[in-house]
Amino acid sequence: MNAGASGNGGGRAAAELHAELGGVTRVYPAVAGYRPVHALGPVDLDLRRGEFFSVVGPSGCGKSTLLEVLAGLQPPSEGKVSFEGKPVHGQVPEGVGVVFQEDASFPWLSVWDNAAFGLRRAGVDSAEIERRVGDALAFMGLKDFQRAYPAQLSGGMRQRVCIARTLVLQPRLILLDEPFGALDAQTRLLMGDEVLRLWRRTGATILLITHALDEAAMLSDRVGVMSARPGRFLDLVETKWPKERDSTIVSEAGFGEVTARLWHHLRGESLKALGQSGAAAAGGRAEA
Amino acid sequence: MSRIGWIRLAVLAALVALLETLVRTGIIPYKTMLPPSEMLTALVRLLAAGTATRDIVQTLTCVGAALVSSVVAGFGLGVAIHRFPRVRRALEPFFATYYAVPFFIFYPVLIAIFDLSLLPIILMGFAFAVIAMCIATINGLDRVPRVLGKVARMHRMREFETALRMKLPAAAPHLFTGLKLCVAYSFIGVIASEFILAPSGLGHAIAYAYNDFDNRTMYALMLFVMIVVVTLNMLLHGWEQRLLKRWHGR
Ligand SMILES: Nc1ncnc2c1ncn2[C@@H]1O[C@H](COP(=O)(O)OP(=O)(O)O)[C@@H](O)[C@H]1O
Ligand SMILES: [Mg+2]
Repeated sequence: MNAGASGNGGGRAAAELHAELGGVTRVYPAVAGYRPVHALGPVDLDLRRGEFFSVVGPSGCGKSTLLEVLAGLQPPSEGKVSFEGKPVHGQVPEGVGVVFQEDASFPWLSVWDNAAFGLRRAGVDSAEIERRVGDALAFMGLKDFQRAYPAQLSGGMRQRVCIARTLVLQPRLILLDEPFGALDAQTRLLMGDEVLRLWRRTGATILLITHALDEAAMLSDRVGVMSARPGRFLDLVETKWPKERDSTIVSEAGFGEVTARLWHHLRGESLKALGQSGAAAAGGRAEA
Repeated sequence: MSRIGWIRLAVLAALVALLETLVRTGIIPYKTMLPPSEMLTALVRLLAAGTATRDIVQTLTCVGAALVSSVVAGFGLGVAIHRFPRVRRALEPFFATYYAVPFFIFYPVLIAIFDLSLLPIILMGFAFAVIAMCIATINGLDRVPRVLGKVARMHRMREFETALRMKLPAAAPHLFTGLKLCVAYSFIGVIASEFILAPSGLGHAIAYAYNDFDNRTMYALMLFVMIVVVTLNMLLHGWEQRLLKRWHGR
């Protein structure tokens, strides 16, 4: 049932384990008048240090839940979570940065102050703040807007403010929850290039959650395909892209194969998520 | 000033002019009301003579104390109640009926407990204002996006810091409503209490002048209270507008 990352052999001995989910499930407890919701799992996931991992799945399948459990924002109902060898327990570990699905910019702070938020709290000295914030804003293309307030920016730019705010903390594991969900397909491809640039430059491990197949196929070293709720991994697709890659990869032959394989699984699951289970999923064999 | 601002000013000037003529022509008897121009000169003279200074200082001190304490306590109470949905549901009927109680019936009780000092007066202002701030805080916190709580936890912020650095600014536009009500209610609570029974203070001075048929002093002090309250509210309004503009772009 659960293909799991552990079924993925080749060349892994060399790769260092960075974060891990072991037999994790998440059941949201019942609240007044509602039944408990089994949102996730059981899932196993081994994130290798420095890899770009994407999770795709139909909406409502538990992707955000997976991310929040991994980040330590929610407790797993069962199973173990660890980051850099230490168990994750009730707190977001130092070194983990999260960019959320919803707009989480602070409307009461300017772009600059938004980005400097975490560093000021940590008591980093002002010259260092200046340097890191300036750097992050330049990198995210926000230099000209550093005095603006989030309300004056587009949704995509606000999301970039949030990325910059996380980036300045120099996280070793970056969790991105559908950061460009609200953008049109073309802009998303371009933002994808930026995320790749960010990944290469920071050397961080990235877990990207998305519902867009092409995005996952183009950006990732590995893609985990999730089933409809409760989300489990149906397949792990290794793309074998070179490290130096960008959105032009969509025109390569291999790209079509990867997307086809993702769609092969997701078609049925998306139909299930739509409420048309069983027969339709079985009939929907993709070409692969 | 904007066009609308000019219209507003013109309306106000017209009303003042109307009152002035009504009194000067005797349609409103002089014994009942002073013409606005004489209220103003009486006020200037009163301030210059310094006879009301003590009352003014006392009242503003009481209002200030009531205002600060009700805003701080109301916010703290609001944050605390918001954290416990059950407590909140249990308290909801009290909030709903709180302002239906004619508070001033409790004033004699407070005097009996604390004697005729400033404390009962401040407490009246506080009691009148604090729940407005508390309700505004709860409403504001309801509208703070949940994701900000997650951001706070990602930064490993403790509860107190989350309240101060995240919830307070995020709820600010709603807290302003509470703040403005607190200003109004503090003034009402304090001056009305002084009116009922107090050895000094603006409310007492107005009541005293009234009983003494001293129209000049009475209207001068009333005008003073009006000016202070309106100015304060305009400053708050300006501050609020600036904040909202920043929040919502333009
Ligand atoms: N706090 C919660 N309480 C109860 N159910 C929840 C809660 N959060 C999410 N869910 C449910 O869990 C499922 C998975 O949600 P989520 O992880 O947000 O999915 P995704 O991110 O893949 O769209 C959904 O059916 C959702 O309705
Ligand atoms: Mg989600």
